[in-house]
Amino acid sequence: MTFTRTALATTAAAALMAGAAAAQTVVGVTDASIKIGSINPYSGPASAYGQIGETIDKCFEMVNAGGGINGRTIDFIAYDDGYQPPRTVEQARKLVESDKVALIFQALGTPTNSAIHRYMNARKVPHLFVATGASKWGDPENYPWTMGWQPNYPTEAKIYAKYIQDNLPDAKIAILYQNDDYGKDYLNGFKEGLGDAASQIVSEMPYEVADPTVDSQVISMKASGADVFFNITTPKFAAQAIKKAHEIDWNPTHFLNNVSISVGSVLKPAGLEASKGLITVGYQMDPTDPQFADHPERVEWVEFMNEWYPDGDQTSSFTAYGWAACQTMIHVLEQSGDDLSRENIMEQAANIRNLRVPMLLPGITINTSPTDFNPIESMQLQRFNGESWELFGDLIGAESS
Amino acid sequence: MATTDTTVPAAAVEPAAPAKPAGAWLGPVGLAALAAVLIAVPFFAEGFFVFQTTKILYYAISIMGLNLLTGINGQFSLGHGAFVAVGAYVTAVLVEFYGMNFIATLPICALVCFCFGFLFGFPALRLEGIYLALATFALAVATPQILKLSPLEGITGGVQGIYLFSPTFGEPPVPSWFPVQQLFGVDEFDAGTYWVYVVTLAVAAAVYWLLTNLVKSRTGRAMMAIRDNPIAARSMGVDARFYKTMAFGISAAVVGVAGGLAAASTKFVAPDSFTFFLSVSLLVGLVVGGVGWLPGAIVGGAFIVFVPNYAEEISKGLSGAFFGVFLILMIYVAPNGVGGLIRAAAGRLKRSG
Amino acid sequence: MELFLQQVIAGVATGGIYACMALSVVMIYQAIHHLNFAQGEMATFSTFIAWSLLAAGVPFLAAFPLAILLSFAGGFVIERVIFKPIENAPVLTHIVVFIALFGIFNSAMGYIWDFSIKSVPSPFPQGPFMGSTLISNHQAGMVAITAVVLVMLWAFFSFTRIGLAMRAAAANPESARLVGIRVSMMTALGWGMASAIGAVAGMLIAPIVFLEPNMMLSILLYGFAGAVLGGLTSPLGAVIGGFIVGIVENLAGTYIPVIGGELKLTIALFLIVAVLVFKPAGLLGRRIVQRV
Repeated sequence: MTFTRTALATTAAAALMAGAAAAQTVVGVTDASIKIGSINPYSGPASAYGQIGETIDKCFEMVNAGGGINGRTIDFIAYDDGYQPPRTVEQARKLVESDKVALIFQALGTPTNSAIHRYMNARKVPHLFVATGASKWGDPENYPWTMGWQPNYPTEAKIYAKYIQDNLPDAKIAILYQNDDYGKDYLNGFKEGLGDAASQIVSEMPYEVADPTVDSQVISMKASGADVFFNITTPKFAAQAIKKAHEIDWNPTHFLNNVSISVGSVLKPAGLEASKGLITVGYQMDPTDPQFADHPERVEWVEFMNEWYPDGDQTSSFTAYGWAACQTMIHVLEQSGDDLSRENIMEQAANIRNLRVPMLLPGITINTSPTDFNPIESMQLQRFNGESWELFGDLIGAESS
Repeated sequence: MATTDTTVPAAAVEPAAPAKPAGAWLGPVGLAALAAVLIAVPFFAEGFFVFQTTKILYYAISIMGLNLLTGINGQFSLGHGAFVAVGAYVTAVLVEFYGMNFIATLPICALVCFCFGFLFGFPALRLEGIYLALATFALAVATPQILKLSPLEGITGGVQGIYLFSPTFGEPPVPSWFPVQQLFGVDEFDAGTYWVYVVTLAVAAAVYWLLTNLVKSRTGRAMMAIRDNPIAARSMGVDARFYKTMAFGISAAVVGVAGGLAAASTKFVAPDSFTFFLSVSLLVGLVVGGVGWLPGAIVGGAFIVFVPNYAEEISKGLSGAFFGVFLILMIYVAPNGVGGLIRAAAGRLKRSG
Repeated sequence: MELFLQQVIAGVATGGIYACMALSVVMIYQAIHHLNFAQGEMATFSTFIAWSLLAAGVPFLAAFPLAILLSFAGGFVIERVIFKPIENAPVLTHIVVFIALFGIFNSAMGYIWDFSIKSVPSPFPQGPFMGSTLISNHQAGMVAITAVVLVMLWAFFSFTRIGLAMRAAAANPESARLVGIRVSMMTALGWGMASAIGAVAGMLIAPIVFLEPNMMLSILLYGFAGAVLGGLTSPLGAVIGGFIVGIVENLAGTYIPVIGGELKLTIALFLIVAVLVFKPAGLLGRRIVQRV
């Protein structure tokens, strides 16, 4: 008893004698390697997204097998936070203070990244390409060390709002949204986009992640007489809502948020017939879309998946997402050259010009600048034809770029 | 044999007062050694470890609070995460919107949570065992949803949560009279982390002292009498209603203080931080440490902080499964928690010596 | 009024989900006198087994009974292997083991079948039930099967030797032992039956909510609520409780302004707690007299 306590004290003292040194500008980088951290939900309710982190892990393995970047291999350390913000803080501190990573890349989730947003900026550690579409990640003035990656939710919502105003001016709109940070971000962006037309919203139904089904909400929305449905839901609920609306014979013009447009893991389970006519905006190729079957980028991705991640799901947009995000990171590291100080990594991340990363929709490139921390900003409207997404209209860029 | 099996059976919860003779010196020596280690931590450990130990300590405080209710008074709660949440939000709101020092908010956390706990104690009087479990379970599930509620957004920050310590960009202010930086040899970034640790350790010690004295007092004996034999206690003139609601109130107050410390340490509160899993973790910590044995709280706290991390190191995909396996092994080795093990060892020592 | 009726009918349909799970909760309560937190995960695991069998080409009529049998065996084995050694440990210890089992099943399912949603085919023909768009054939079928299971349970406990023995073992283990009932075997049988009923529930629920490892996370909670509301000792009460929870939840979500939609689960739970305060054994439960 006393023995174990003494032993604990000795280990604690010996292992951590180093004390807390002041953060240096070059951390986690040797001549042979660079340490990159990440935090993902590998357990808990959001575990489906864990595939993104897995894909990135395999992608870096592949890079290392090919000799690394500028002669350095990537030491990728990904921790699990179970989608619980206090654990995210713990894991981020572990990465920064104990593992001493150069940067944290693709931490996933809005509440989780919110919990470490200030910490990362106070420590001046690059918090790059977070895997969430909240609008707050593109704020270089107040948070110069945090950068988003995917198009943000309000921007996307405004595209639907504009489409509705242009094409369906008399619409009566029903909205189903997840009652959290993500759902509200879409909801507020959408209302802002509608402006005065927000009065055309006839039904606004929240649901909780803990709800078993959204049937009741869908029935209420139908009863409200709405003929336009904006569906702000995560994959499981999206599938439920699509299926239920079809079952109760409610056929509004149905806008589905980009979060849940995977054909393989949302529309197929919901029923392809029921999904016909869905409208969304996309920025990624759907891996199951026949029109991209022979696209060289898709072929390359399939080769990667077969060789490095054979257990991975090739119908899921998450694995494609991870692959594209990983390529963005590789580009930033290559562009940083031999100066892998945190300042330079951040500077290079904010200096991407017309970068094409694989599996984005044709024509979409990544651009950033010291005042523009929103890497992907272009999207394109698409409609589901019962088999795949059919692009229509032009690429739509955000107003800020 | 009582037919309502889900109340904590009296026989299962061994008396909190340890056996005095033979091994009696072990207790104080062990506690002194533990205190020495905890005091040494900030002198030798780096920021992350200090942060982690803070987490263990505030979990330990919550587990002590839960122990008072479950171990000493025999009432069951699956919802104590709710009181952690209330305490954390009280601290967050007062620090962020009213500019209070986080230490000054702790008594307010205690007071507010005492009121909530005391009030919740009334319906709890009518419910026993499994029904009380469901009622507290409901409380745990409802908490994040109430925190998110849009009419309350002005106070709670809604789904976005609240960041603490904005003026100092997320670092708790360190008092001028306590030389954190010089004493522990840390830079200004880390000073806040170390200061919160010092405060948490002091609070943990104070809570431990208060609760051990409470347990030994008349009130504590009354609470235990109600646990062991409610009808006999009542016939001896113990006011069961009063003591049961008091136990709920005090337990909630202690847990609320832990919540305030958690907010100061994490520097961010959001509804998603206080899901049902928090309540479950506290229950696991309670059982692992030993129901009815207050020092077990620190073991329980360490278990719920370290074991999930350890399980994750073994396998990312199967971390939950490994955690479960460790937990079952732990239960096989020590069905009455670490407290039970130590008592058994002390008993053996007594017999042989 | 039309919306009201629609929501009530939709509530019955969702209530069927809860009722199904509530039956399984009552079954385990019968055997061990507390709630098993891992029960939802065990039911989901059974459903995954059924799904795998279907995916492997096993026909419907063979896959479902096979999954139920395997679940029965699984529940039985879990009791024998994991709970037998800690028979005499305190109740709280058992609850922690349930939590451990929860973690093991949840994480194993994610590992084996991943976390993306899967559609499980319904044994009933697709389409609306008797022309109503509000309730599908599947949902009507689910309610019917729940009723069948309910009747079977009632018959089992009232008329069969083994059912009576199980009740005796649960109600008074000492006396049961004296008359030659193998009490611990009865507990294991109870686990097996609860798992089997859980499997039925899982397979009926999955076509509606989609199958994934966290499928039962909240449904189990509603199942608990339904069972406790109706009375944990009464299968009929549990089923009725499940339907009430479904209906109340829908009506609260629809009619209480502002907070209704956000708090429908909370409102349902608080109503239940309120009911319990006045009727502590649930609507149809027996009040257990505490002996000194």
